[in-house]
Amino acid sequence: MRIEIQIQRFDPDNGQEPTYESFRLEVPRHITVLDAIIQIKDEQDGSVTFRRSCRSAICGSCAMRINGRSGLACDTLVVDELDRFGEIKVQPLAHMPVLRDLAVDMTPFWNRIESVKPWVEREEGTEPEWPVEKETLMPQSFVDELDDVSRCIMCMACFSACEIAEVDDDFLGPAALAKAYRMVADPRDCETGERLSKLNEHGGYWDCTRCNQCVEACPKDVKPMEAIVSLRREAINSGLTDTVGSRHITEFLNIVRQEGRLNEGRMPLKMKMSQPMELLKIMPMAMKMLAKGKLPMPIHPPIPRVREVRRIMDAKGKGESK
Amino acid sequence: MSQFKYAYYTGCAAKGVCPELHQSTMAVCRALDIELVELKAASCCGAGVIGELEPDTQLAMNARNLKLAANQGVPMMTVCGTCQGVLARSHQELSDGDTRDRINQVLGNSGGVYDGGPKPRHLLWALIQDYGLARLESKVVQPLHGLKVGPFYGCYMLRPSDYLGFDDPYNPKSLEQVISALGAEPVDYSGRTKCCGFPIVLESESSAMQMVGTNLIEAQDNGAHCLVTPCPLCHMNLDLYQEKAEQEMDREIGLPILHLPQLIGLALGLDPKELGLDKNMVDTDALITEVVGA
Repeated sequence: MRIEIQIQRFDPDNGQEPTYESFRLEVPRHITVLDAIIQIKDEQDGSVTFRRSCRSAICGSCAMRINGRSGLACDTLVVDELDRFGEIKVQPLAHMPVLRDLAVDMTPFWNRIESVKPWVEREEGTEPEWPVEKETLMPQSFVDELDDVSRCIMCMACFSACEIAEVDDDFLGPAALAKAYRMVADPRDCETGERLSKLNEHGGYWDCTRCNQCVEACPKDVKPMEAIVSLRREAINSGLTDTVGSRHITEFLNIVRQEGRLNEGRMPLKMKMSQPMELLKIMPMAMKMLAKGKLPMPIHPPIPRVREVRRIMDAKGKGESK
Repeated sequence: MSQFKYAYYTGCAAKGVCPELHQSTMAVCRALDIELVELKAASCCGAGVIGELEPDTQLAMNARNLKLAANQGVPMMTVCGTCQGVLARSHQELSDGDTRDRINQVLGNSGGVYDGGPKPRHLLWALIQDYGLARLESKVVQPLHGLKVGPFYGCYMLRPSDYLGFDDPYNPKSLEQVISALGAEPVDYSGRTKCCGFPIVLESESSAMQMVGTNLIEAQDNGAHCLVTPCPLCHMNLDLYQEKAEQEMDREIGLPILHLPQLIGLALGLDPKELGLDKNMVDTDALITEVVGA
């Protein structure tokens, strides 16, 4: 099968912007994008620069953007890409400086991982009640909860796909937050409270927009966004409620309890009630909405049978397993 | 009775801040002879927000919603991308027997147990998989020739694809297909599959406005005369907040944002007022004049 692959080339020494270079090559039908790029390097241009190691979706080295999607090149078939997009364009991962061609400087990623202390902290002097030369075991239910986030191979695909990383340099990003949850949910860790408090600040779990790009991109089904949501839940349940994010959830529940539906007109009022200046700031928009006839009434009549919804809300915890 | 009948789940936005969505949905479905039974007792889907704190509450609310639709004996149809994503996920989670039993314990006194039903579908999907693009095309009386429309899908219509299974999350086609069927030209731009930033507009307005601005400017620079979206929450951020995004990006944009049924309604020759186009924040008059050719 004869194919064409366009590779984004960049040489820091020649002072030029990155450009695509096209390579044509003869490949077996079920070749991966990575193997095709390796073939290009072997047969056509030894200067094509990229990272790779295991070629088996285990090491996480060969993540790149393939037709705009961040993922592992060794886990992506050339034929699938041609079926989906009719072409193959590869670029380096986003949100990190490019060193050369497809290789990025991973420092911004590793700094984020390091900042969440990706290890279990034990209280000094405490030893488990079992012989220490053996493993520190924990109940299976905890292992199950940690299963998703433990699969991370640090390939950086989620960080590259993250839409908040695009607009906010302070955001820790999906992998680091998933790693943080991996420690928070670990019963052997003694710094759960500190971890949650630290990540309750700007750049932490409340800044995720829940776009699910990380969940879609992850080659190991880590579901980083689900871990971020779990961090939010842990935070609120541990009493960290003085945040915009936490108040939003609480008010959302309150409004739905009363009306059965969310009243979007009421939410900003509820959220900003305690800050008169903030309330003033939303007035111009409210006036324009009023003029357009789309300002919702501050209170809606509840939906029929709203009591059923309230009963569901009251029953929480009854049959709950989570 | 119409050949196409759905249990219509409006979602909160169409009954609140986006009345024009409900209005245009009713008008378009009437014109297409699609029968809607509105689920008036349906609650909020939780929008993923309730699920952040209380996953089972959200799941039970949606079991009740899905049960209300199942009682009608026809599939549930939504007009909100976010509701679609949340309901599709609940529907799939409830297909697991243990989960359903657990949730039904909560649901017992609240509308009866849920024992399954057809997968909910967005109006966009219903038009393609049930109604058919050829039939839709045959109903067009005012082809939107010359109009360049940027599709804006919204996250919940695409991701996680495991729960949705309609469009390719990286290269979706459904909106483009409908735009083409109406005689308009779909505009290709990378922002079409991106997030509008609505979920963080209260938390971090500057990030959200950069997301709105970047997507709108890219679409406009690629020639779009307007955007069309199947999600009213995206609509809110792209339309209601567009002025703020203009300030954030320091550029005038003025790109009309249409709800999916509003665009369809124009091609069906419906009165723009009936489609609630006067309620859109970014002025749609110039766009309407271009379409109607007056």
